[in-house]
Formats: sequence, structure tokens, C-alpha cells
Amino acid sequence: MRYLPHTDQDRADMLATIGVGAIDDLFSGVPADKLLGDKLDLPDHQSEMAVARHLSALAGDNRAAGAGPFFVGAGAYRHHVPASVDHIIQRSEFLTSYTPYQPEITQGTLQSLFEFQTQVANLTAMDVANASMYDGSTGTAEAVLMAHRLTKCKKAVISGGLHPQYRGVVETLSGMSGGVVAALPPDPAGTEAIIDAIDDETSCVVVQSPTVYGQLIDLEPIAEKAHAHGALLVAVFTEVISLGMLEPPGAKGADIVVGEGQSIGNPLTFGGPYVGLFATRQKYLRQMPGRVCGETVDAAGDRGFVLTLSTREQHIRRDKATSNICTNSGLCCLAFTIHMTLLGEAGLRKLAEANHARACQLADALGAVPGVEVINETFFNEFTLRLPKPAKDAVRALAERDVLAGVPASRLEPGHADLDNLLIVAATETVTDADIAAYADALMEVV
Amino acid sequence: MNDQGRPTRPNENDDTVGTPVRPTFTGNRALQLEEPLIFEIGRPEACGVDIEPVANAKPRLGNHARSTPIDLPGLSEPEAVRHYVRLSQKNYAIDMGLYPLGSCTMKHNPRINETMARLPGFADIHPLQPQSTVQGALRLIEELAGWLTTITGMASIAMSPKAGAHGELCGMMAIKAALAARGEARSFVLVPESAHGTNPATAALLGYNVLEVPARDDGTVDPASVQGLIDAHPGEVAAIMLTNPNTCGLFEPDVVKIADAIHAAGGYFYCDGANLNAIMGKARPGDLGVDAMHINLHKTFSTPHGGGGPGAGPVVLSQALAPFAPLPFVTKADGRYRLVESKDDDSSADAFGRLTAFHGQMGMFVRALAWMLSHGADGMRQVSEDAVLNANYIRAGLSDLMSLPFPDHPSMHEVLFDDTFLRDTDVTTLDFAKAMIDEGYHPMTMYFPLVVHGALLIEPTESESRASLDLFIATLRDLVFAAKDGAAERFTQAPRFAPRKRLDETGAARKPILKWTPPPPFEAAAE
Repeated sequence: MRYLPHTDQDRADMLATIGVGAIDDLFSGVPADKLLGDKLDLPDHQSEMAVARHLSALAGDNRAAGAGPFFVGAGAYRHHVPASVDHIIQRSEFLTSYTPYQPEITQGTLQSLFEFQTQVANLTAMDVANASMYDGSTGTAEAVLMAHRLTKCKKAVISGGLHPQYRGVVETLSGMSGGVVAALPPDPAGTEAIIDAIDDETSCVVVQSPTVYGQLIDLEPIAEKAHAHGALLVAVFTEVISLGMLEPPGAKGADIVVGEGQSIGNPLTFGGPYVGLFATRQKYLRQMPGRVCGETVDAAGDRGFVLTLSTREQHIRRDKATSNICTNSGLCCLAFTIHMTLLGEAGLRKLAEANHARACQLADALGAVPGVEVINETFFNEFTLRLPKPAKDAVRALAERDVLAGVPASRLEPGHADLDNLLIVAATETVTDADIAAYADALMEVV
Repeated sequence: MNDQGRPTRPNENDDTVGTPVRPTFTGNRALQLEEPLIFEIGRPEACGVDIEPVANAKPRLGNHARSTPIDLPGLSEPEAVRHYVRLSQKNYAIDMGLYPLGSCTMKHNPRINETMARLPGFADIHPLQPQSTVQGALRLIEELAGWLTTITGMASIAMSPKAGAHGELCGMMAIKAALAARGEARSFVLVPESAHGTNPATAALLGYNVLEVPARDDGTVDPASVQGLIDAHPGEVAAIMLTNPNTCGLFEPDVVKIADAIHAAGGYFYCDGANLNAIMGKARPGDLGVDAMHINLHKTFSTPHGGGGPGAGPVVLSQALAPFAPLPFVTKADGRYRLVESKDDDSSADAFGRLTAFHGQMGMFVRALAWMLSHGADGMRQVSEDAVLNANYIRAGLSDLMSLPFPDHPSMHEVLFDDTFLRDTDVTTLDFAKAMIDEGYHPMTMYFPLVVHGALLIEPTESESRASLDLFIATLRDLVFAAKDGAAERFTQAPRFAPRKRLDETGAARKPILKWTPPPPFEAAAE
């Protein structure tokens, strides 16, 4: 067994040193009738070669995004990640380190977290950011709970443009912890009158822009109405690269900004692990969930970094904590920080422009297919098509032509007949002219 | 926290301490390299990525285009690589040495796992692409689920929780949903005082009042105490959250009685699975009456900790709780795998909802399955035996010098000491831990569990060789002798040789600086 250093002789000698005769003497705490006599009904250990063979076969039974035309988004996006990012995050000192509870010997992790927090705060135009959440959806649910704590109200008003699976997470967490969720119906056109739903019982309004259907939303009037009722605006995004070109939520009155950071530094990986971004105003800092890293000095006067404000956290406050969260997305947030550092301001803007341009080209090409309509007035790198037939069927037919065409709205929002023909389509910088032509041609055949 | 009176800031009245002595011009010490923040070395126009420009005749941003700068520095690739490699060298890691953090299970991370997770067929697939194009991924989730339920002897599993605490939330939500399905809303959850902080935090998040169960003198939970609390709140106890093996490193000898008591009262048994590494192939939680238990794939199954995550916390469930498992889940029919994602599906009628967008931590699933396939039934049993052997070997090597609060039972995979052995010295548990840093070790878990004074909780894992353990034991013995001999500066000034000395955590919390801001212009600074 290649991972276990002891020989049988080592084990025998060590048992003798301990002063017991057999290994099961050390398991005497386990009730005798509960100690397993037989091996588990599972295969025995395998060589590295055999493991690779088995898993490679499973991997081979999936159609990788990069293997052909690919336009799937709705909360996760395929981008080019520079090769250096993955090499750096695989350094042992980052990959195999624990949470930086001993700051004297974890300054590498801590300084990169401080850089991450600053990048996120600047991107969103907020005062402070935490050291990441599990992902955008769980971060959104935590934002709602934070708003409940701050406002002492329990009702969250949820936009019909919020990713339906995000809404599901909010409904589950808020519902199970005594909150009320007032969710507006699906809003593909981005025209809902959410400000009419805000009242004095409202703790927060949760609005995604771009919406799950791709529409860009004017947050300012929503923030004004929310604030007039003592409620907070939780602004959500699922495509962080949009912030390279779009006005940041912090400039539009958002009180909490939360989003998915996967696009920067992290592969699709079938939905996880990802990295949730979470930022807020200075005045709400002490109700912010999750780990935070702060600057300080050491006994020699040198600058250093530590995890701080831990009196909010479960390992100190236990049942009085702001959240039960312990783990963050450490390595994913490191990948985010490295990729963002490689881009810099100029690179992020160029990347955003390339994404937007590809999406505009795609919208023009698909909108020209007879019977197909682009429903968006505005969008960044994702928009919604209305097809002359159920999107589910079109996606299946297009997949048979090796075009992964997008996400049927009905997959995210089943049970709404008016959504059946809507298809959510994304284009990033990875899309080529040939991909767009292939999609348009195939769509022409399918509809 | 560095809150025990040791210096964490320069003494302003002492010139020799107040001015950092710089033995080199750069502040570097050979391989220990000082490194500024990216905000101090980057430029907004610098870029380490060449992006292909794309023509755009007709932008569709409406009036939402950004009008303000972001303030993000960039670096070229060589600069960025050097920056982050230098930072990496300030970290301790399991690849460098023994990492004895109790309850954290810092074991070797096989690199085949990393290679497998990066196969395009796993890393480059989208959670919402057609299910017909991800049959291999769904099969992998099913296979992993099968391994986990077999190891634990449980009926069912929820795969989507993203970390241990998220798994706790999942398990407790299933319990809350099961009670609601019976028309009951109970208000109390029992949590032993030795529990991880996430347990009471999770219970409180779901609106439960936490009742603390005291530990017996031997460090374990007394079923009579549990029964007493149940009797004091008839029909009102929803669950007990018990860690087993517990955080004192002991197998709860009365776990079956405790499970019976909570079941007899109509409640459920949530088991914190943080310490599964002690019992794989030796005992199954399903045989002990457990109703729900999260499994930290990043502990037991060696998906790397990555400096604090990402984790993965699938939850195994008993037959009673299985119907309430959250969305999504994988089913199989006619040789095809199918993902059940929404409530309109018959098989998901009782699902309590959704815990996360998409389907869970696939990247961690690949790594964990690679680890399990590599170890197999025989290897996993050996893992637990070696983990327990190693902890007891350390215990045998130190118990004459360090104080064991609970000497009556053998330790499982971790051994707990308290600070009685430091009583007549000027050395605290924290000092002792910091002195270990100078010796090239990451300290053990300190001041946890809370049931003993000045706890030192050591978990070596199965990855350590006998030679490694011998050196660790010898080092700790030397430190104990030094502490008892009054060599206080070796402790109170520690760490002396790390990239940083003790840091002012109190100051950091009092006046938080959580992001970089540009320094004031020179004139302003001079005022």
C-alpha cells in the first residue's frame, strides 16, 4: 500500500512500545459487538495505473466543453485560465496547508487572502469583502440571513431574475431558520416592478444583474426604495467578468454584494468547487459571515496578516455565531487572485470586452435564424432566445449535432409553460467564429 | 489568539526592540524573502494575459457601462509567478512535515488525485449541459455514494453539501423536515460540551435552543445525562449532535445507549463525522444508531485542504431520514443515470429543498474516489488502524512527561493532553505550541476541546512513518524538559525563526484593516 509507511515489523514494534498485544486492543472503546470482523464489501486496493484507467474511462464518458461548440452558462462559465494559475495553486505550500490559524507560518495564504479581499472590494466598489464563501448561491443565502440580523425583519423579496437555484437555496436556508421569502415570478424580460413589493416588513431585496436571463438591471431605484423602508439591497451576479465593463453594484446603492467568482481562475468542474464573493459596507462588517483576514504587525514591527474578527465565528461564539460556516474556498480564491493579478485592470476590461463582443456576434447570428428571437434589450455575455419550439427539444437535437447550445429555462424553472420555449445562451472569449457559424447552422436545421 | 501578555508589538520605550534590527539590506534572510502586496508592485496597465481582441459593432450594455476605474493592479506572468511563489514559501504544509492538528486529519494528498480531477472529462464539463453528455460524471457520483454508504453502513446519502458545516446543516435540516412531516416542531438540540463549534452554531441557525451535555470525568458522554435532559424536556428534544470518536480522541462507549435513548424519545442522532479516520473498516456508524452524519472528504479522504478549502461534506442518512434528502440527487434506470433537480419529480416529493446551486463539489468527488480506489477495503481498514496506532505511539512516548486528562481509555486517532504538566512553569499552552514552530513543526490543535484546561490535541494520521513519530516525540520531550528547566525565552519569544514573530491579533480585531488602501501622499504623512 503505497501511501502507508509502516512495515508489519514497525507495527509489531510499535504495539510492543505501547504495551498492547494486538491492534484491536486499541479499539477496546468500540462495543465488542459493533467491531467489524469482516472486511467491507468493497474492492481491495489498486495500483495508481489501475485507478487512472478506471477514472479516465468515466471522464471519457463525458463531453468536455472544449471538445466542440459550447454555449452553456446560467451561473457557470467556460473561460480560458492561464496555465500559470494551476501551476501555482498546485504548489505544496498552498495545496497542502490548513486554514491559517498559526499566522507566523501561514503568511503566504494570509497575504493572498488580503489581496483577494481587496480585489473583491474594489471590483464591487464596496468597503470590505470576506475571504470567500462556498459559492455564489450559498453566499446569497448568507446575505439574506445577514440582512435579517441587521434589520430585525424576516422577509426577503426575491427578484424573478435571480438564478432559480440560488432562489432555491435562499428559500431552504431562510425558510428553515424562520424567515419569509417573497419571490416574484420568473422575469425573462427584466421588466418586473420589484419596488412595489418592498414594504416595512422587508429585510432585503435580492436582485441579480445581469439576470439569469441576461438582462441588465438598474439597481439605483431599487436601492432607494429599499432604503426608504429600512431594507437592504442584496445585489447578486453570477458572471464576475461583467464587472470589468458594467457599473459596480456598490456605485448603485447595494448594501451587500454577493456573486460567483468561478469565471476567474476556476474551471467548470460540473458545478464545484467554486468561490463565492461577498462584500458589504464598513458599518455592517460585524454581521458579515465567513472568515476575514486583516493586516497587523508582529513583535518585531513587521507587517503581517492574521485571521481576524473571529468573535463572529462559530469556533468562538458557538450558538451565537453569525454563521455556522468554517471552511471557505481557500484554493479557489487563491486561483481567483492569481488570475485577477495576471489580468489587472486593463486585462479585465479587455477580457470583458471580448466576452461582450462574442455574445453580440452570437446574438446577431442566432437572431437571424427564422423564427428565433433574442428577447433581451441589454445583456453582457449571456442572453435568452425565444424559439418556435420547446427549448428542451432543441437542446437535445443540437447536442446530437455536437453543439451544446445553452440551458432551457424550463430546466431551471420547471412548471412554467410560458418559459418552455426560452433558451439561455452564453458566449465567452473561448468561442470562435467557427463555433458561432456551427451553432447558427445547426439551429436553422433544428427549429 | 496571542492574548497572553507576550509581546506582539515592538516596545515603544525600548530602542533595541522598537527598531526592527535589519541584518540585511533587503530584509530578506537567504531563502526567506520579503514580498510586498500586488498593490505595491502592480500597475493598472500591466498584464500577464494576451487577450484576442474581438470586434463589436453594436454593444448592448444600454446605460450600464462602467464609468469609474476599478483600481486593480496587474503583473506580467514572470512577476506574478515570482510573487506567488515567494508567498507560498511562507507557508507550512503537510508536504513539508508532520501537521498534527487534532480533528483536522492532515494526511498525505496523493498527486494522482490532482491529475484525475484535471482530466477535461471532469474539469471541463458544465453542471447544466445535457445529462446525456455527462453520464460518466453522474456514474462517478453514484460510485462514490456507494463507497460512502458502504463504509458507514447507512441507507442513503446527500452529496451536495460543500463542506463539513454545510453537511451539518443538511443533516439537521433533514431532521427538522422529518419532524415537520410528523407534525412536530421540537425546540431543543443536545450538544456535548466537547463538540466542535459548528454543531451549536448549526443548531442555532435552524432555530433550535442548544442544551449542553456535560462530559463525564473520563471525557465521554454519560447516557444518564442525556436521558436527564430528554426527561426535562419531554417531546421537545429534536436531536443530539454527537461527535464519535469524540474530540477528546475517545470512542463514546455508550453511543448505542445514547442512540436508543434519543430514538425512544422520538428524536434523531446526528453524528459529527469529522473523526471518521479512526474507524473506517472497523466500525460503521449505521450499526451504532446514527441517523445522519457528514463526511469531510477533505479530511478522511484526503482531498487537499488548500489553505482553508474547498471542502466537501456529503451526508449519509438513515432509512428514516432518506426521503428528506435535498435536491439534487442521481438515480439510475435502464442503464442511464439521471439527475433529479426539482420538486416536480415524484421521487423528490419529500426533499427538504436545495442547499446549493448545481450538484456539489465534483472536483472533490473525483479526488476522494481516487483515494478510495487506491486504498480499497483492505487499505482503508489499515489506514484507521495505523492512524490509531500512531496516536497511541505518541501517547506512549509522552505520557510520562505530559498530562493525560483521560488516561482510562486508549486513544483513537488523536491524543489529548492538558496543560497540567506546564503548571509550575512560565510557559502556556500557546507558548509551547509556538516553540514547536521554531522546531519545524506546525502546532497541534490548542485550547480545544473546551472540556480540559489548555488542551493540546495531537492527530498524527496514518501518513507518518515511525521515524517521523520518533523525532516528533523526542522534540516534544526536549521542549517539556526545557519548559520545566525554566528556559522560558525559548517559549515566550517563540517563534524566533519563522517568517513572522507573534502577531498582534488583538490590534487587528480592534481596528480592522481588511483591504489595502493607497498610502497618504508624502506631505500628508509628514504632518
